[in-house]
Amino acid sequence: MWFFVVTGVLLLLSFLLDRAKTRKALLIAYKRILVISPSFVIMLIFVSIILFLFPQEKIIQYLDSGYHTVNVILAALVGSVTIMPGFVAFPLAGILRSSGISYMIIASFTTTLMMVGTVTFPVELTYFGKKVALIRNIISFIIAIIVALLIGIYFGEIVL
Amino acid sequence: MKKQSEKKSNNKYIYLIIIIIYFAFIIYSYIFNIPSGIEIGENLISFLAYMIKILPCAFILIGLFEVWVSREKVEKHLGHEGGIRGYIWAIVLAGTMAGGLLVALPVSSVLYKKGARLSVIFTFVSASAIVRIPMTVFEASFLGIEFTVIRWLVSIPLIIISSLFLEKYLEKQNFSIK
Repeated sequence: MWFFVVTGVLLLLSFLLDRAKTRKALLIAYKRILVISPSFVIMLIFVSIILFLFPQEKIIQYLDSGYHTVNVILAALVGSVTIMPGFVAFPLAGILRSSGISYMIIASFTTTLMMVGTVTFPVELTYFGKKVALIRNIISFIIAIIVALLIGIYFGEIVL
Repeated sequence: MKKQSEKKSNNKYIYLIIIIIYFAFIIYSYIFNIPSGIEIGENLISFLAYMIKILPCAFILIGLFEVWVSREKVEKHLGHEGGIRGYIWAIVLAGTMAGGLLVALPVSSVLYKKGARLSVIFTFVSASAIVRIPMTVFEASFLGIEFTVIRWLVSIPLIIISSLFLEKYLEKQNFSIK
């Protein structure tokens, strides 16, 4: 809600200061939306299918089975392909925690969820190109794994 | 040049085909009552509704930024002259911005146009996924403050370092952000 208010106030301010510039700003906004809309529609399609393939119960089930090390990698893969807003993801992480899943696996899941954008890839590709979008996401995946491992060490889940 | 534009129009056709097949399937599902198709359709509507609340405002703000903020200012703070301050700005901006990656990407495009350096832009884009304040509060309340602190301390330096490497690599190529 505050986002609407901020945008509205700034737009009004801009309009009062300089009408021509404000017109130009709105035109820029419109053009930029047009540029991104095809990739955006593709992303929405991916999201709707991914949400169907990975409902919460299934994610819990995936992360709650098998060997520890395997699960860290599995969690990273599930986190990479899925997408969900923070207000859904962290309550889910809380559920995972209370069903006894380790911090390391949770970190692996939530960090890749945030950092690696498989479904947002079509949008990223439009701005950065295929190669750089790919490199950036691979780096993000590696960073997420490092975060998970260090969290595992901190909470004593990995014994060195 | 010609090859590039050909490639681009090929992409367009692929996009168009995916979109047509997808919507044909969804409409078919609604008519013949196929539960999986209806569920996917409902996912689409709910995510679209969520994004529509954020995106138009974000693009209007980007437009205002583009007309009101001068190139010199961006270069001074986020360009090569900015030094370490540029990265601090990138993280503060990422932390307070709504919308995450999907908003950060178009913002990165306008920053690039105004002369921000690549490593600051990549730091900003990657950080937008992990340091947003409302999200962080959520995380800390469900997983504990220690969890969040470690994640920040580990990921932020790694993001800055990897962005510097990526910048160094891309300076030799003719890379640009659309």
